[in-house]
Amino acid sequence: MNVKDGYFYSKEHEWVKIEGNKAKAGISDYAQHKLGDITYVDLPVAGKAVKQFEVLTGIESVKAASDIYSPMTGKVVVVNSKLENAPELVNKSPYEEGWIVEMEISNLSETSNLMNAAAYKTFLSGLEE
Amino acid sequence: MAGFTPHTPAEVKEMLGAAGLTGIKELFADIPADLAPKSFKIPAGMTEYEALSVLNSMAAKNNTSAAVFMGGGYYDHFIPAAVDAISSRAEFYTAYTPYQPEASQGTLQAIFEYQTMMAKLSGLEVSNASLYDGGTALYEAIAMAIRTNNRSKVIIDKGVNPIYRQIVKTYAANQKIEIMEVDLKDIYTDREKIKSMLDESISAVVMQTPNYFGIVDDFSDIYKSAQEKGITKIAVFYPMSLGILKTPGEMNADIAVADGQSLGLPLSFGGPYLGIMAASKGYVRKMPGRIVGETVDKNGTKCYVLTLQAREQHIRREKATSNICSNQALCALRAVVYLALLGREGFRKASLVNFEKAEYLKSKLKKLAEIKKGTTFNEFTVKLDCGAAVFAKKMLAKGFAAGIPASLYYPDKKNYLIIAATEKRTKKEMDDFAVAFKSAL
Amino acid sequence: MENIFEKSVSGRHGVGAGTPDEKSINKIPASLRRSTESSLPELSELDVVRHYTKLSKLNFSVDTEFYPLGSCTMKYNPKVNEAAGVIPGFAALHPYMAMIDESAAQGAMEVIYNISSLLCEITGMKKFTTQPYAGAHGELLGMLLTAAYHRKKGNKKKYIVVPESAHGTNPASAAVAGYSIITVPVDAEGGMDVDIFREKMNDEVAGVMMTMPSTLGVFEKKIKEIVEIAGQHDAVMYYDGANLNAILGKVRPGDMGFDIVHINLHKTFSTPHGGGGPGSGVVGVSKRIAPFLPEPYVEKNKTGKFCIAAGSRDSIGKVASFFGNFGVILKAYTYIMMLGKEGLIDVSEMAVLNANYIMVKLKPFYDLPYDRICMHECVFTAKNQIKNGVHALDIAKALIDRGYHPPTIYFPQVVEEAIMIEPTETESKQEIDLFIEAMKDIAALAISDPEKIKNAPSTTRISRPDETKAARELKLTCF
Repeated sequence: MNVKDGYFYSKEHEWVKIEGNKAKAGISDYAQHKLGDITYVDLPVAGKAVKQFEVLTGIESVKAASDIYSPMTGKVVVVNSKLENAPELVNKSPYEEGWIVEMEISNLSETSNLMNAAAYKTFLSGLEE
Repeated sequence: MAGFTPHTPAEVKEMLGAAGLTGIKELFADIPADLAPKSFKIPAGMTEYEALSVLNSMAAKNNTSAAVFMGGGYYDHFIPAAVDAISSRAEFYTAYTPYQPEASQGTLQAIFEYQTMMAKLSGLEVSNASLYDGGTALYEAIAMAIRTNNRSKVIIDKGVNPIYRQIVKTYAANQKIEIMEVDLKDIYTDREKIKSMLDESISAVVMQTPNYFGIVDDFSDIYKSAQEKGITKIAVFYPMSLGILKTPGEMNADIAVADGQSLGLPLSFGGPYLGIMAASKGYVRKMPGRIVGETVDKNGTKCYVLTLQAREQHIRREKATSNICSNQALCALRAVVYLALLGREGFRKASLVNFEKAEYLKSKLKKLAEIKKGTTFNEFTVKLDCGAAVFAKKMLAKGFAAGIPASLYYPDKKNYLIIAATEKRTKKEMDDFAVAFKSAL
Repeated sequence: MENIFEKSVSGRHGVGAGTPDEKSINKIPASLRRSTESSLPELSELDVVRHYTKLSKLNFSVDTEFYPLGSCTMKYNPKVNEAAGVIPGFAALHPYMAMIDESAAQGAMEVIYNISSLLCEITGMKKFTTQPYAGAHGELLGMLLTAAYHRKKGNKKKYIVVPESAHGTNPASAAVAGYSIITVPVDAEGGMDVDIFREKMNDEVAGVMMTMPSTLGVFEKKIKEIVEIAGQHDAVMYYDGANLNAILGKVRPGDMGFDIVHINLHKTFSTPHGGGGPGSGVVGVSKRIAPFLPEPYVEKNKTGKFCIAAGSRDSIGKVASFFGNFGVILKAYTYIMMLGKEGLIDVSEMAVLNANYIMVKLKPFYDLPYDRICMHECVFTAKNQIKNGVHALDIAKALIDRGYHPPTIYFPQVVEEAIMIEPTETESKQEIDLFIEAMKDIAALAISDPEKIKNAPSTTRISRPDETKAARELKLTCF
């Protein structure tokens, strides 16, 4: 499973990439693989405020419908509107083109509740046993 | 004893032997001995003709000879023989939910066509594969609204079928849903009151036309105000009326629900009927129940599958949009065959004939009782000088199921009788009805 | 195949339902009239009949194929049931007739009263309501009754306990009724893990939903212990009777201490499945739950007349318009009358025998996760075949080519790659032997030529629809 360096990961398999007070978020390669063909991403509305680990939005595949939890506390500023017509981008490019939201965050220290790439890799190998 | 098991004693022995067993008893060894039934007093079996004879004698105790002028949401409509012929095909009625598309394209395509007809009929964009009945469909519509806007108050006009309203209240009892019913002004919607209640805390507003008393209305204005406040607009409709009457879509409703009994289903003492639900596209992922979609197979051939299944209970368990599983598929098949048989013109005409019959009956009764004003479809309300419940019983003795006493659900309307006349009522029946009516007063 | 709209010919007439005076439309104000097209097709009666007859031929069904769909009890639907369903004295009866004058609907009320009494005796419950339209609807009613019971007692309850091996509808129904779910895993024998159950039970648990026999096809041996633990916390015991076909005359939910039970009349009592309904999920209750039953409720008075019971103050209200799917109830009543006591017992014995016979015969070829005597169905997995890239889905598709409706696959979810076979009692040894041969043939082919199975089916009009495309590019109407 591909794990991207420089990103933080949650136990629910969301990733977040932090740049200043902005954070881009999506789901990991492991998550998209587990879900299978993504058919729909329920894009939240810009302006939505959410706390860390609260439900951010939902995602559907042919075989499952899951919640996506917010990896950080913040406010949604931009959503990836390309996913409206091309949800498969989450499968094809979970870390780049398949990003889901960009948030404005205020509490950087919350990353201590997340895993870095190395820790996430260890976490995944534990799951696969 | 009649039975449908094919096993001969020799086969039973052989099969037990193959399983390494000597007696049937061993098959049930996991059941603790002290849990043996305390009682199992079931009468001995009987033959097919004996059973039918019992049923026929029971059926004879039901009054189905009276001319039916009762409606209340469930009507005595004409059912073409071809509807029964198609729904009696064992390939349809002895199949189950089309989980294996290769083995169920027949059911899938019929439901896909049904979805199309329901959407076009109601003037909305999408429909599901059916729900149980009108009342449960209304609850599901309300639940959809709540899932969509995360509000918890629901306004329901008291012109909405009281049975539906009771079902909604029962379903909602253990939930954080506040149902606010709005009194009618006599038998008419109090639209100013409803509009004054519409604010950002309201999840949905529910209106029905024709209402329980038969009054036809246009709720475009109420829906417009609701739209401005982000309220989901729910319409309860009467399928048969939509050959001529304004559709939920034309009034700009978001979700439309109905009981589909009028579309080729016998009255059958209350069921099986059909819950219809159509909605605008934005609601499709919140829609409960099964939905059929078009796709192609591995060779590129057009075909149909159950889609959006991820929302359903067998995958999503407690997070599903609804718990509905089996629905009323065969009833939906009857509806689609019925509508296809009547067709575009036939259905419009049937709708218009219903309107005409009730107008004729009104003309025969207008000197005998106060006919409540307003446009109606095939059902209208009269105010008698006596109690309607007693009057209806008297009429039944004269061979007429004369209507529904409003007092069943509206205690303050003791003298109101709600009378329906479908396309099946003949001129003679209506003339005789008027004569009986006069003598029963 | 073309859809019905593509066959439409502008100006063609179908079945007439009357000829109106076209001018009468003017009596309706324009603002109340429809201004858009209904877009219904224009066809002759023959066009319509042929279209739907052709469609019917694309279905597998019990009358045409062996249909061992686990958990669904696809037994033969006796034709007499259909004859009963169309008796005019029932089919033409308006449901309001009973509200206007009870004496005008005595026969229909008698059917409801009688089947309720029979079901009470079959299950050991005190009272039955026929309102629920389907199994899941019965479950929901059960949860609403549970809530009403606790509300009346002033109990503060939040949770419903559901074992992992329960039907997927169980947690969904509990959630619809406003409860949160506590899941309990299964033990090595396929029963609920009682130690974990005991740990998880607390005074906020409103009820425990059990499917018996479970979806693994096994009888819950520790049921007495489970009932006792639930009782210590005043939790209501709910019995999902979808699998009742295995235990008629062998054991009764009421005797085991259950408070609420739902029965799928379309499974155990032979009413047809209709391509996905209408069914009936009638609900039986113990004495302590009875006051909360929905209305209307049919009773028999001292003179032997059937009547609608005076409203109970504690009744939860209504979950259906009238008495449920009466037409379905009538068919089940016919079936029970005909079979009688001995016939009902025979149903369960032969259903369980057929399932065990299949289990034993297929055990050498398919992985059997719980190897013990099963009840009316057996659960295999595709584990042995996965080595060659053949999954449960592929096995299902290969069965279609051999003229069988596939078993239930990927359910129960606790078993990976599950293949759940429920033959029912109405299948003969000869039919079952042929099915066993087909399953063996597929197991052999999974080794010798797995690609062939992965490409199945090849005999049907379509093969392996693209479900991803269907969900991504939603097309839900013909136009």
